[in-house]
Amino acid sequence: MSEAAHHHPTGLSRWLFTTNHKDIGTMYLVFAFMMAIIGGLMSLVIRAELFEPGLQLVDPNFFNQMTTVHALVMVFGFVMPAFVGLANWMIPLMIGAPDMALPRMNNWSFWLLPPAATLLIISLFVPGGGPAAGWTLYPPLSIQGGMGMDFTILTVHMLGISSILGSINIIATILNMRAPGMALMKMPLFVWTWLITAFLLLAAIPVFAGAVTMLLTDRHFGTQFFDAAGGGDPVLFQHIFWFFGHPEVYILVLPAFGVISQVIPTFARKPLFGYSSMVFATAAIAFLSFIVWAHHMYTVGMPVAGELFFMYATMLIAVPTGVKVFNWVATMWRGSMTFEAPMLFAIATVFTFTMGGVTGLMLALTPVDFQYHDTYFVVAHFHYVIVGGSVLGLFTAVYYWLPKWTGHMYSEVVGKWHFWLTMIGINLTFFPQHFSGLAGMPRRIPDYALQFAEFNMWSTYGAFLAVFSQLIFFYLVWKTVKGGEKATDQVWEGAEGLEWTVPSPAPYHTFETPPKVS
Amino acid sequence: MLTTCLKRIKSSIQFLGAGLMLLPGLAMAEYALNFQRPVTEIAREVFELHNLILTIVIVIFIAVFVVMFYSIFAHRKSRGHKAANFHESTTVEVIWTIIPFIILVSMAIPSTATLLKMDNTSGSEMTVKIVGYQWKWQYEYLDHDISFFSSLSTPRAQIENKEKKGENYLLEVDNPVVLPVGKKIRFVLTANDVIHSWWVPQLAVKKDAIPGFINEMWTKIDEPGIYRGQCAELCGKDHGFMPIVIKAVSEEDFNKWVSLQKDKAVSAAADSNKVWTKTALLKKGKKVYEKSCQACHGATGAGVPGAFPAITGSKIATGPVKDHLAIVMDGKAGTAMQAFKGQLSDADLAAVVTFERNGLGNKAGDIVQPSQVKALR
Repeated sequence: MSEAAHHHPTGLSRWLFTTNHKDIGTMYLVFAFMMAIIGGLMSLVIRAELFEPGLQLVDPNFFNQMTTVHALVMVFGFVMPAFVGLANWMIPLMIGAPDMALPRMNNWSFWLLPPAATLLIISLFVPGGGPAAGWTLYPPLSIQGGMGMDFTILTVHMLGISSILGSINIIATILNMRAPGMALMKMPLFVWTWLITAFLLLAAIPVFAGAVTMLLTDRHFGTQFFDAAGGGDPVLFQHIFWFFGHPEVYILVLPAFGVISQVIPTFARKPLFGYSSMVFATAAIAFLSFIVWAHHMYTVGMPVAGELFFMYATMLIAVPTGVKVFNWVATMWRGSMTFEAPMLFAIATVFTFTMGGVTGLMLALTPVDFQYHDTYFVVAHFHYVIVGGSVLGLFTAVYYWLPKWTGHMYSEVVGKWHFWLTMIGINLTFFPQHFSGLAGMPRRIPDYALQFAEFNMWSTYGAFLAVFSQLIFFYLVWKTVKGGEKATDQVWEGAEGLEWTVPSPAPYHTFETPPKVS
Repeated sequence: MLTTCLKRIKSSIQFLGAGLMLLPGLAMAEYALNFQRPVTEIAREVFELHNLILTIVIVIFIAVFVVMFYSIFAHRKSRGHKAANFHESTTVEVIWTIIPFIILVSMAIPSTATLLKMDNTSGSEMTVKIVGYQWKWQYEYLDHDISFFSSLSTPRAQIENKEKKGENYLLEVDNPVVLPVGKKIRFVLTANDVIHSWWVPQLAVKKDAIPGFINEMWTKIDEPGIYRGQCAELCGKDHGFMPIVIKAVSEEDFNKWVSLQKDKAVSAAADSNKVWTKTALLKKGKKVYEKSCQACHGATGAGVPGAFPAITGSKIATGPVKDHLAIVMDGKAGTAMQAFKGQLSDADLAAVVTFERNGLGNKAGDIVQPSQVKALR
C-alpha cells in the first residue's frame, strides 16, 4: 500500500466520516462516558429524594421517569456502547487484523447512537414527561404514558439497529480476519467473550425490537397484543421482554469477564488457568441465558411446573459462573502478583461480581424469591452484578489499555484514589440495600416507611461519593491523554498478546501486513 | 434431622444478629436486617429456607475469598514470590464443577417442597377476591357478600413533611382487610387497570394482580395481629402509596365484624334514597375527592399538565351534569381515569360531582342528588 492511501484526516470530518476502528472505538468510549455522567446524575436525583422519608425534591411521577431513564441510559447508553468501544479498539489489535471487517457500517453503527440518546433525553421534556413505566416497560402501564414513551420506543429501535450492526461487524471480524496461526482456541479470552456476546446480541435484540413494536402498535394502531380486553395478554410482553432481558445481562457482563481474564494473568505473571474451560463456561452461560428468562416473573402466576423448570435452569448457571471465579482465583494462586490499578479493579470485579452472583442464586429459588422479588434486595443484586461486574470491568479495561491508547502512563497514585473511593462509594450505596429489601422495602418507590430510613441515608451518601469519585477518573484520563511518562510497547511486565507488540500509542494503522502467530 | 439442623442454623443466625446489634452505632438505631417475623407456617418455612441458603452462600463466599486474599497476601512480587507456571488441571476442574452441582441439588430439594406447598390452594375455607386499582385495593369476601375499598390513610401533610410522621407512616389504610386466624384463606387476584402485586411479608405471600387474568394464592394465619404490606409492582405515580393492612382476629371477632359490615351496607342504601342539602353534599364531596381524585387531579383541581387533566375550568366540570356523571361513573378507556361506579356509593358519587362543579374554582351552581346517580346505574 502506498503512503497516499494512509490519509489521516483531521478536524470534524475525521470523526464524522472515519472508518478507522481506533477512532470509532474512541468515540464509543467518549460517548459512553458522557452517558454515564447523565445516568449517574439521574441516580443522584433518585438517591437525594430517598435520603429521608417524605417527598422532598421531586414528585412521584418525575421520580418514576428518573428510575426508568437512569436504567435505560446506563444499560443502552453507557455499558453496551462502552464495551463495543473496547471491542472496536482492541479486537483488531488482539487478533492481528488491520481494521474491522466492515468499516463503513462501523461508522454508521456509532453515529446512530447520538441521535438515539438525544431522543431519549428529549422525551423528559415533552408534555406528560419521559417514560415512567420502569426500564422493563411493562404494559398496561406503558400503554398509559404520554408521547415520551413513543420517543423511548424509537430510541430502543435505533439503539437496537446499532447493536445488531456492531455485532455483525464483530462476528465478521473475528471469524475472517484473524492473523495466520491465530486458531480459535488461541484467541485471547476477551475476543472469545465478545464473539459469544455478539451472538447473544444478534439473537436477543430483534426480540426486544419486536416487543416494543407491538407496544407501539398497541398504543397507536389499535392492536391488542397486550390488552386482555381485546384477547391479548399483558404477561406475554413480560415473556418476550425477559427472553431478551436475561441474555442482555450477560451481554453486559461477559465482555467484562473477558477483560478480567486478560488482566489477571498479566499481573499474576502466570498464564490463565483453564483457558478451554473458560471458553466452554462462557458458551454454557450464553446458552443457559436463553432458557431462564421467566425467573424474573415468578410472581405472575405461572403453572408450578414452569416455575420449577425455570428455577432448576437458573440454578445451573451457578456452575459455569463458579468455574470462572475458581479459574480466576487459580490464576492468581502461586503467581507473582503486583497491584497496579488494572489489577486492583480486576480483583474488585471478581469480588463484587461474585456477591451479585450469590444473591442471584438466592433469587433463583422460587419460594424465597416471592419474598425478594421487586424489593431492594433485587436492586442490590443487579447493581452488584452490573456496577460490580460490568462497570468495574470497564474501569479495569481502561486502566489496562490506556497506556496503549495514549502512549502515556497514567498516575498510579490518582488511579488508586479513584479505585478506593469508588469501591467505598458503591459498596456503601448497594450493600445496605440488601437489608432494606429483606426487611420489606419495595423497589421503585419515591417514599418509604420509617424503618428503612437509616439504610437509605447510607445509600445516598454512598451514591454521591461513588458518582463524584468519577471526577478523579476524568481528571486522570485527561492528564494521561495530554502527557505523562512515556509508555513502552509492552507496557506491563507480564503482558502477552499481539496488542503489546505494536508501539504505544498504537499507530493510526496497525497490522497492515498480518503478524505470524506461533 | 433436617429440622433440628435448620433450628441450629436459625439460632446461630439469631446469635449473629444479636452480636451485630451490640456493635456501637448499630445499637443506636433500630436496623431491620432480615425478614419480618413470620406468622404462618409457610412464612416460617420460607424464612428458614432463606436462612439456610444465605448461610450456604456466605460460607462458600468466605471460603473462595479466603483463598483469594491469602494468595494476594502471599503470592506477591514484593515478597519475592516467583510465579509458578501451571495453567490447567482436569481433576481440579472436574471437582469444582461437580461439588457446586451437588450443593445446588441440596438447595433445590427443600425449595421444591416448599414451592409445592405454597402452590396448593385446595381445601380452603373462605375466599377473598383482591382487585388492584391505581392506587388502592378492593377486597371482596366472596362467601360473605362484603366488598370495600382500602386506601392509604396517611395524611398528605405527613408525606409533604408538614407534620411529624406517624409510627405506621405509609403503611396504614382506612379499611384494613379483616381475616380470621386459623382458617385456610384463598385469595384470588386481578386488577382493574395496570399490573399490581399484593405482598404481605409476614405471610410470605406475593402475587401479581393482572388485568384480565385471575391468580390464586393462600394463607393460614396463626396469631391475631396487624400485618402490613405494600404493592410490589410498579403501577404508576402512586405505586409507593397503596399499602395493604391485614387485621387478623379470632373467628368470633371476625363474625362480629361481618355483621357490622352488613349493617353499614343497609345505612348506605338509605343514604341514596334521601334528599341531601348542598352543604352536606359539598362537605362529603370534599372528603371523597381527597380520597379518590386528588392523587391525579391535584388538591386544587389543577391536575398535571400533559398527564392528568385539570378539573378547575374544565369543559366537563362546567358543562352538562349528564356528561360529568358519565365520565366519573364509567371512566375513560385508555387513560388512568377509572370507572368509579363500582367503587363509590350513590351518595359518594353525587357528592363528589357536586363538589367538583361548585368547588375547586368552578361555579356551575347545580347540585346532584344520590337518586339521580341511582337512576343511571
